[in-house]
Amino acid sequence: MSSSLSVAPVEVKEPEIDEVVTPDRPWVVIVWNDPINLMSYVTFVLQKLFGYSLEKATKLMLDVHHKGKAVVSSGTREAAELDVFRLHEHGLWATMLHDE
Amino acid sequence: MSKPVRRTRKGHFELRLSETERDLLRSLAPQMRDLLASDDPVLDRLYPVAYPEDEDRETEYRLLVRDELRSSHEAALAALEATADAEQLDEEQLVVWMRAVNEVRLVIGTRLDVTEEGLERPTDSDDPRAPAFAVYDYLSWLQGSIVEALSP
Repeated sequence: MSSSLSVAPVEVKEPEIDEVVTPDRPWVVIVWNDPINLMSYVTFVLQKLFGYSLEKATKLMLDVHHKGKAVVSSGTREAAELDVFRLHEHGLWATMLHDE
Repeated sequence: MSKPVRRTRKGHFELRLSETERDLLRSLAPQMRDLLASDDPVLDRLYPVAYPEDEDRETEYRLLVRDELRSSHEAALAALEATADAEQLDEEQLVVWMRAVNEVRLVIGTRLDVTEEGLERPTDSDDPRAPAFAVYDYLSWLQGSIVEALSP
């Protein structure tokens, strides 16, 4: 990355969100690790589908890669089904789970 | 090799592909169409289970979306076939290429039993799997370039 810019970049502090799950949004969408999808591809798809920043999408991708899975979204059952569908459209291995 | 996909200053994407590469890309759709119409178990990778812990809901979900998902896969492959000779694509078209290329990678990679450690290449060039390995490697390289060009 370039560090030769004379103007310092504005630091935008994003709230730290480790758990996207809240009590009224009981369904979670999980992406599982698979050996075929490229890491850059997974990161790009998460940015594109969910509007996540590069940092957040990269963190989720690395969780998938190293821990085997990551929760990528949560919501109503209908919303989760749509997210799973869109992830499957892009060839990611996604499942959904009712978060007890 | 130089980059096969580059973003232009006008926000389009230039494709620098040889005739051989374009012929290969064009040939993928008809092959995949036949496969998608079959009940080959490799297709499980293209239609993952949404509800691993709930058989009833999974059945219901499949009835609801399986055809739509298949249409979406087919449409991406058909678009790749139709635009295989294009010199330039817009962003939406390139995203469709990315999806189509990935579908084929998933099928070939599953058949070749790709693992986290990568691929064990056949050492013998007469190995019947050698062409599939070559196509897989080429598509992975192309996919990487597409993602790089699309990434903001």
